[in-house]
Amino acid sequence: MKFAGIRLGSPLGIALLALALIFLPTVAGLLGAAWVRALAFAALYVMLALGLNIVVGFAGLLDLGFIAFYAVGAYTFALLASPHLTDNFPALAHAFPGGLHVPIWAAIPLGAGLAAGFGVLLGAPVLKLRGDYLAIVTLGFGEIIRIFLNNLNFPANLTNGPQGIALIDPVRLGPLNLAHPLDVFGWVIPQVQLYYYLFALLAVLSAIACLRLQDSRIGRAWMAIREDETAAKAMGVHVRNVKLLAFALGATFGGISGCLFAAFQGFVSPESFSLMESIIVLSMIVLGGLGHVPGVILGAILLSLFPEFLRHAAGPLQDRIFGRAVIDVEVLRMLLYGLALLAVMLLRPRGLWPAPQHGATVTPARGVAR
Amino acid sequence: MNSPSRAALALSLAILALAGCDRSKEGAGGSAGSGNVIRIGHVAPLSGGTAHLGKDNENGARLAVEEINAAGGVKVGDKAYQLELLAEDDKGDPREATLAAQKLVDSGVVAVVGHLNSGCSIPASQIYNAAGIVQVSPSSTAVKYTHQGYKSTFRIVANDGQQGGAMGNYAVDGLKAKTVAIIDDQTQYGQGLAAEVENRVKARGLTVVDREYTNDKASDFNAILTKVRGAHPDVIVYGGMDATAGPLTRQARQLGIKSDILTGDGACSPEYIHLAAEAAEGTICTQAGEAVSKLARGDQFVARYKARFGTDVQIYSPYSYDAVYVIADAIHNAGSLDRAAIAAQVAKTDYNGLTGHIVFDENGDLKAGAVSVFQVHKGQLEYLSTSR
Amino acid sequence: MGTFDTFLQQVFNGLVLGSLYALIALGYTMVYGIVNLINFAHGDVLMVGALTAYTAISAAQAHWPALPGWGLLLVGMGAAIPTCVLVSLVIERVAYRPLRNAPRLAPLITAIGVSILLQTLAMIIWGRNHLTYPQLLPPDPISVGPAIVTWTKIAVVVLSALIMGGLLLLVQRTSLGRAMRATAENPRVAALMGVNPDRVIASTFAIGAALAAVAGVMTAAVYSVAHFYMGFIPGLKAFTAAVLGGIGNIPGAMVGGIVLGLIEALGAGYIDQLSGGIFGSNYQDVFAFIVLCAVLILRPSGLLGERVADRS
Repeated sequence: MKFAGIRLGSPLGIALLALALIFLPTVAGLLGAAWVRALAFAALYVMLALGLNIVVGFAGLLDLGFIAFYAVGAYTFALLASPHLTDNFPALAHAFPGGLHVPIWAAIPLGAGLAAGFGVLLGAPVLKLRGDYLAIVTLGFGEIIRIFLNNLNFPANLTNGPQGIALIDPVRLGPLNLAHPLDVFGWVIPQVQLYYYLFALLAVLSAIACLRLQDSRIGRAWMAIREDETAAKAMGVHVRNVKLLAFALGATFGGISGCLFAAFQGFVSPESFSLMESIIVLSMIVLGGLGHVPGVILGAILLSLFPEFLRHAAGPLQDRIFGRAVIDVEVLRMLLYGLALLAVMLLRPRGLWPAPQHGATVTPARGVAR
Repeated sequence: MNSPSRAALALSLAILALAGCDRSKEGAGGSAGSGNVIRIGHVAPLSGGTAHLGKDNENGARLAVEEINAAGGVKVGDKAYQLELLAEDDKGDPREATLAAQKLVDSGVVAVVGHLNSGCSIPASQIYNAAGIVQVSPSSTAVKYTHQGYKSTFRIVANDGQQGGAMGNYAVDGLKAKTVAIIDDQTQYGQGLAAEVENRVKARGLTVVDREYTNDKASDFNAILTKVRGAHPDVIVYGGMDATAGPLTRQARQLGIKSDILTGDGACSPEYIHLAAEAAEGTICTQAGEAVSKLARGDQFVARYKARFGTDVQIYSPYSYDAVYVIADAIHNAGSLDRAAIAAQVAKTDYNGLTGHIVFDENGDLKAGAVSVFQVHKGQLEYLSTSR
Repeated sequence: MGTFDTFLQQVFNGLVLGSLYALIALGYTMVYGIVNLINFAHGDVLMVGALTAYTAISAAQAHWPALPGWGLLLVGMGAAIPTCVLVSLVIERVAYRPLRNAPRLAPLITAIGVSILLQTLAMIIWGRNHLTYPQLLPPDPISVGPAIVTWTKIAVVVLSALIMGGLLLLVQRTSLGRAMRATAENPRVAALMGVNPDRVIASTFAIGAALAAVAGVMTAAVYSVAHFYMGFIPGLKAFTAAVLGGIGNIPGAMVGGIVLGLIEALGAGYIDQLSGGIFGSNYQDVFAFIVLCAVLILRPSGLLGERVADRS
């Protein structure tokens, strides 16, 4: 894959990409720390998008409740690394007199595993459903998880209900505490930037994992069932296991991002995991190019940064052009966001950066999610 | 493959370039006096389901800023500064709240009025606390908000504990109820308030005959109200906002329910009376502060608000109005534009505002937060009593 | 108020709710049957109908104060239906028609974009506040046996039944209906038989929009409130109902809507008795979704089976 004439896979390409990622927040930081925070969230959304891409893009299973796995990951870390459980369960307070402070590198596998378990739980009953039936059931699943999280404060206060869980530990990696700025030979890196580096690193690893998966046997199996399930079965693909694996792996990505999100924000509540969030992640991958890893990454970055760009620029732009705010800034943000979705899909229906169609015949779209 | 990659590159550069359009940037620093302007931030949901309340908050703050500026600004030492209000939208979403908070910190505000929802105030408080900026919330009632151990969090409303307790007391003393049914909308505010009411009425010996739940986007309450009707409570307590409380009250009366209906400050607004129409007659609601209409400046405020913005006061604009005055007062008394000094001064506030006498306790809650009780009579909120 | 009386009341509550869901689900299912598209913006068309009717009713009240309640209702519908039809036709032409041969998820995203646009435009035009509907029909509770109802609720059930009957007649007995069924079955062959698929599709959208408009006005009349965000949840519920009944299937949408309404009302009323007090009405949506999943697992094409285009 070439980018501005340089092969991305070559050592030079990798070095340049790495440098760009490392110094991007410094450049963005000149515009304000809010931009670095936005970049950190963008990296989180990249991971989410890559996870959903496995389910919808690779395997062709339309999932409208993906954010449930994000929620599972977030609450796992929240419960393991905050005062909530020790405050509400005296037995635990006795067992852990210093409080529950499970480190992130131990919580992430737990969160990912739990999310994967829920992925299989969702996948198992829906194997025979296709298309919009699958969509509505996955949507229902997402809502069910959110409602449970919102209500598990009775009879035992597990999730603290709508109040959410606050005072979650930040990320601590050995001696490194991401809640404090880091001094590297005189160059002070603020906390937000440290989180960005962690998320960007994990996003890159996720992208590499997805690219490997794409070209692996399991990736081919996914694409086979996406294109024609019956033919795939006839060719010996174990459809049931392959589908379950898609759900489980996608959920794993979601779970990992969820843990990181909880540590970053320090507070989780069910309102962060609404249906709209699932839809936004779906929009990201369709907008970017469904099934194509670079496109999905592009879609995630653009769609998560666009509202921030509008937040910063919409007001001053209006001032410059009209001298005053003709439309309220928040209204303009929504208008432009909706228009952007519309415009991009009308102009490039296969996404901004779709998978290359080598020698494909142009047939009416059979599309995904049958 | 070059075309999309070039397009992506161009798009990203354009985003970065246009983002530089934002001129309101200052490096993070301890003070923000650029020229003669002091910046104050305000955050609330300006889009989505509670947009009408968020805009109301912003209007209240803006009215205060304009009044202060018209009267000569804030005097710091022997220099007079004009106030500038930087208003942000957090959409009621915790993640957006942190982004808005960070943007305000970058813009060099000395204090923030916000947020509206406790679920946004709490994650944002982490950012304000790290930057040393004082945060005065006009409407976040979750007890947790001021109990995180930060020295920067304050609120001008009574919290859920204070208000829920007062509501429970009124059910017993004012309404003479023996049985009560409690409904909440399963949001941070509604559930928190309802839980406190439940604690208080149980402590005072009432029987909770039914406990029902809905959500903040619902419009049909017939099913749960039918169930409540079967339990024959003396009082129905609802924890939730006016957008759901109004239709709920109306549907209750349409089902033939005769019980008293008691709601909290989220439903104690003209909007509630519009939405419930005749069904609102006789219902009781509480507000988490002094009765605005009882204070001399209250009616003037309502009139000035209407003249400036063309809409009615919703719920919390008197509180965001007071919050700005509290901050301006603190800046004046601190005699400096340093964020830490202003924050320390806010803690020592002793100010008579629209919503009452404002003094903070060691957590940042109102000391002796007053809760006033109203009854809807002939389409208006009629003041009944205040508990302190 | 005995337990049977409560049960009867809950059944009636479910019928009212279900009738509204059915009206909206019909629009969803008709469009899906013909173009295989989940019209995410359908709920917002409903919202546009309710708000347009609000403006018309307010104007009518100002100019003709003597107009009776049901007259105002007719005025409201008269304003809402053409507006919604127009909006829907524009949306179909601009956002969906160009993507007929595009990957299946593309029109889903444009639908989401349209939904956001409609909500924002509504926020600009009608403001952020919740608007109160005047009482159009007498609000006094009436006793129908042991249940207590109002004229508006009765009107909803009766009107929905009439409309559904009318729609079935349209689809089964008229030439437009025949053309619609033909296009839904196989658009290319239908074209060969002299049917203009573009026109038929546009007509389908128009009829769906008219149904949404009626549903919007009735929803606002029953709950007496309208605001720019009111379409999201009804749209979602209607989609659920359409799938429950069998997507693309018109009688299926009606059955799905009524069944969903009944499940929700009875669920909210009886969950905690059924679960021994562990789960209360806070789980009513969970209950509804679980029933939906159970139905789909047992009958993967919905209660009455699906009818979608054969696109090969």
